[in-house]
Amino acid sequence: MDNTQSIPKHTNKRLAKLKQSLSDFFLTLYNINKFILRFFREAFVPPFELKEVVRQCYEVGVRSFTLISVTGFIVGVIFTKQSRPSLSQFGAESWLPSLVSIAIMRALAPLVTALIASGKVGSSIGAELGSMRVTEQIDAMEVSGTKPFKYLVCTRVLATTLTIPILSTYTGFVALFGGYLNVTQNEGTTWTTFIQEVFEPLTFTDFVASLIKSIVFGFTIGIVGCYQGYNSNKGTEGVGKAANGAVITAMFLVFIEEVIIVQITGWFR
Amino acid sequence: MKKAAVQADHNNPVISIRGLKKAFQDYAVLRGIDLDLYQGENLVVLGRSGTGKSVLIKIISGLLKPDEGMVKVFGQDIAHVTEDDLQKLRIRIGFSFQNSALYDSMTVRKNLEFPLVRNKRNLTRGEINTSVETVLDAVGLSQTINQMPSELSGGQRKRIGIARTLILNPEIMLYDEPTAGLDPITCIEINDLINEVQQRYNTSSIIITHDLTCAKQTGDRIAMLLDGQFQRTGTFEEVFNTSDSRVKPFYDYNFIE
Repeated sequence: MDNTQSIPKHTNKRLAKLKQSLSDFFLTLYNINKFILRFFREAFVPPFELKEVVRQCYEVGVRSFTLISVTGFIVGVIFTKQSRPSLSQFGAESWLPSLVSIAIMRALAPLVTALIASGKVGSSIGAELGSMRVTEQIDAMEVSGTKPFKYLVCTRVLATTLTIPILSTYTGFVALFGGYLNVTQNEGTTWTTFIQEVFEPLTFTDFVASLIKSIVFGFTIGIVGCYQGYNSNKGTEGVGKAANGAVITAMFLVFIEEVIIVQITGWFR
Repeated sequence: MKKAAVQADHNNPVISIRGLKKAFQDYAVLRGIDLDLYQGENLVVLGRSGTGKSVLIKIISGLLKPDEGMVKVFGQDIAHVTEDDLQKLRIRIGFSFQNSALYDSMTVRKNLEFPLVRNKRNLTRGEINTSVETVLDAVGLSQTINQMPSELSGGQRKRIGIARTLILNPEIMLYDEPTAGLDPITCIEINDLINEVQQRYNTSSIIITHDLTCAKQTGDRIAMLLDGQFQRTGTFEEVFNTSDSRVKPFYDYNFIE
């Protein structure tokens, strides 16, 4: 009996579509891996584009600074405010600084920074490289014997990898300051006491884990933005897709990495 | 300006193409191209839009890979050279893009310096400045040195694009639609510039166009690309002195001085 005849036509179509989607997914995965390997092959081999790395670090920092300052402060205030009722049920308001510091330093600061940077920096990298691809500027670099991958991709990925940990640390302190303002207003805690209570529960592992997390997030945001822009399709639509794809993919990966890193650091505690 | 007679060295092809094929999905754009570009000549590739003219020069510069056939530039098969050798070859080839492809985040000076400082790393600041000023002078746009590409007109952008390729002293120039989107007077200026570049820098050039005025003014030899192959090759008069119904309309619908 012919098996294909017994399968309904629409099921065949769905199977073909699924097969195509799976094949596209694995092809993209392969291309991303190739892109990442190319980064490691080219980034640490001379000649280095140090000037451009510094310029990109400045760009990444400046682009996100205001938004990160405001968001970090608000996160600190809101988190403290929202945590108070739960702690007061047990008469444990004095634990508020410790709770805030653990939440901010372990999770919120790197995560909030990465999400803001995905939106601000990732989209901007995707759009910039996408538009350079569309207007043949990347081709022009290629045919003039320069190395566009090194100049455009390596510098941006290094910049996000170096800058986002710094931004993340800054976000942490701004958020703690927001928390302090809320605590001092309600409980009258002094700055010295607040700082003592903030650092008491934190361990060296917390700082290292937070730093590693930020480095991984920074690398992800940079590489995803560059991959989307550098490989964008021709046309203005491609630029929009590259910017959008950079944000969505980076945010998605940041959440997945957060879960994995939290799990791994849990083993060391 | 009338083109000065140029003696091409017919024993010395700088580019040699045999049986070149290229398809995109199911559509075969180039279907077996044979071509030689000789030292010192301007070869114009004419053809309608979508016939694969730009694809041809992108393959020559290594931006696209051929499906079949051989493309030799200075005796090296472009599809089989190492990354380093391709890099070295590209320095000897200048590519002028249709939309100029200037780096829009950089000033004209930075645009010109970009390929120079990355390919010749031991140059002093003085030597870099001299090179920039020389090529800007060659294209007649010294006054634009500190301007951004967005502040330039279409014709100026084309000239700066050409200057950026000249800064590396290329031996081959590839022009992709050099007069597309320009007014007739600017077109003539660009045609004159192409001829000047040929004389001054002793370049061999492939000029992709569908502008017959450009073809007539700049070409030592014309190759007509039809149906993925070169159907007619020769001087301007030889190519268009025909009753071929695929070639004649091309002539009839173009404005010729």
